[in-house]
Amino acid sequence: MSYQVDEKGYYGDFGGAYIPEMLYPNVEELRRQYLDIMKEESFQKEFKELLRDYVGRPTPLYYAERFSKKYGTKVYLKREDLCHTGAHKINNTVGQILMAKRLGKNRIIAETGAGQHGVATATVCALMGIECIVYMGEIDIDRQAPNVARMKMLGATVIPAKSGSRTLKDATNEAIRDWINNPVDTHYIIGSVVGPHPYPDMVARFQAVISEEIKVQLKEKENRENPDYVVACVGGGSNAAGAYFHYLDTPEVGIIAVEAAGKGIDSGESAATSALGKEGIIHGSKTLLMQSEDGQITEPYSISAGLDYPGVGPMHANLFRSGRGEFISITDDAAMKAGLQLAKLEGIIPAIESSHALAIFEDRKFKEDDIVVVNLSGRGDKDLSTYIDYFQL
Amino acid sequence: MNRIKNTLAQNTKLLSIYFTAGYPEPEDTVSIIKDLEKNGIDFIEIGLPFSDPLADGPTIQESSGVALKNGMTTKKLFQQLEGIREEVEIPLIIMGYFNPILQFGVEAFCQSCAAVGIDGLIIPDLPVEEYNEKYREIFEKYGLSNIFLITPQTSEERIRFIDSVSEGFIYMVSTASVTGSTKGFTKETRDYFRRISEMKLRNPQIVGFGISDKETYGQATEFAKGAIIGSAFIKHLNSSRKQDIADFVKSIRPV
Repeated sequence: MSYQVDEKGYYGDFGGAYIPEMLYPNVEELRRQYLDIMKEESFQKEFKELLRDYVGRPTPLYYAERFSKKYGTKVYLKREDLCHTGAHKINNTVGQILMAKRLGKNRIIAETGAGQHGVATATVCALMGIECIVYMGEIDIDRQAPNVARMKMLGATVIPAKSGSRTLKDATNEAIRDWINNPVDTHYIIGSVVGPHPYPDMVARFQAVISEEIKVQLKEKENRENPDYVVACVGGGSNAAGAYFHYLDTPEVGIIAVEAAGKGIDSGESAATSALGKEGIIHGSKTLLMQSEDGQITEPYSISAGLDYPGVGPMHANLFRSGRGEFISITDDAAMKAGLQLAKLEGIIPAIESSHALAIFEDRKFKEDDIVVVNLSGRGDKDLSTYIDYFQL
Repeated sequence: MNRIKNTLAQNTKLLSIYFTAGYPEPEDTVSIIKDLEKNGIDFIEIGLPFSDPLADGPTIQESSGVALKNGMTTKKLFQQLEGIREEVEIPLIIMGYFNPILQFGVEAFCQSCAAVGIDGLIIPDLPVEEYNEKYREIFEKYGLSNIFLITPQTSEERIRFIDSVSEGFIYMVSTASVTGSTKGFTKETRDYFRRISEMKLRNPQIVGFGISDKETYGQATEFAKGAIIGSAFIKHLNSSRKQDIADFVKSIRPV
């Protein structure tokens, strides 16, 4: 059994394309073509060159010596925080903008929560000279003013999502509505491994460069391609999908997914989808999602704006249900402390999303000779004001 | 299902109304249905409110939000509809997104629909392939007609396929847009209405999305069997409440 997507777009019970007929032609066009386009030599050449020269890949695999010593195991950090624009998100937007060009689309739409994916999309649109519209929840626009300004500097139009709870899920709804209204010239760059098939698989493949590099780099450093564990935070789950991708069907590599418990799983303010979610449909995909008994989608909470998505990518839902992945949830408080600790031990200020992955070492013990790779998905610059408020810096 | 077929067999152009259950007041559902029938509406779509209605514009989104705040649930809708067939004869169709139906249980949902006398379902985010593979048997067991959408972008091949699995009518989305557009129909849109009518499909077509007044109703039914009005009716309810349903219907299709 494989943990990759099957021919019908499912990961076990999860995935598929639950979309209104209005989206069918666009999604079907993408489904038919994405693998062939990605295999083209010219596509691969352009994608790899941009990742190298523009994004700054490969990102280092860094042995965190003092952190390792503290927890009595060997911890490597995959430094996605060093990517251009400050997070792994740009791996996917570079891939998708090249895809959009080959599909003949000249208008790009995207959704964003904290603004990282919006910035990464606005960046590649500026690079290619393509019109860019980013939907962002009205509440998030207020919370993430610097990223709104960055998108504007990059030439994007930021449209506030005023419907529903006015956060990420509603920004996604608005982007989908835009796509319904503009079915011919527009490509929708989804920022995570969510949405209707083929998006979860396509985004995972663009992010797969993360685990592809880990294999080569670990071989150089440890003379083995496979770590004992690969750890990543999961909101929608794109950085995790990239970090796991080439290890999914290698059972000796343990997969650890870290979700945001917010103020605690039972507090009513949480984003731990695997613990709190039930099977359902969100944004065109069958997956686990947080919802009321009546099937209304509920608003999650996390201190980290990148993890408060009420669903989770179908790949991860399957990793959870099948038992292939170990799911751990981390509270706001534990994540914030882990972020501060990494700054002091290693001189690296992580994004609060990534801090969740770093926080597991307090309770989850590893053997001394285990090799644990943590995907450091983003840097903490965008979170400075949250760190300042939290620790009264 | 027979009620739908009988209505479609009438030799007139049909007018259907969509409204969101539980809006504007939680207990309005039954009285709105009765008023619509009394005023000559041919069949009704009862909207099951959902937190994230992807295919809907601001008007229906807002009405769904209000209905949910009013405490509307799937269970409550079925309670309200109990006994409706003692008073109402026209076809009743539930239009809702798939997630609330999935949580209710697809079979339990179909069973409840049959029990209260619902004739058909429109589930915009349940694609025809998934329906055929997993749910068709259940729908048919309870005699429910599942209505599928086509759009100006749907290929001829796919329209033929959808026609082959449809029982009742085909919901023809007028233009590439979410619900509630009031731009009027272009020549291109009217050509699309003609093109579909010339395909001579098994199932009649009913046009929805973007029909808000007498003019757009007339254009939509020039080639199609009928048309559905949603957002414009909800706006009307919001501004003038239900005693004026007669006025609204007259403004679209004078007696």
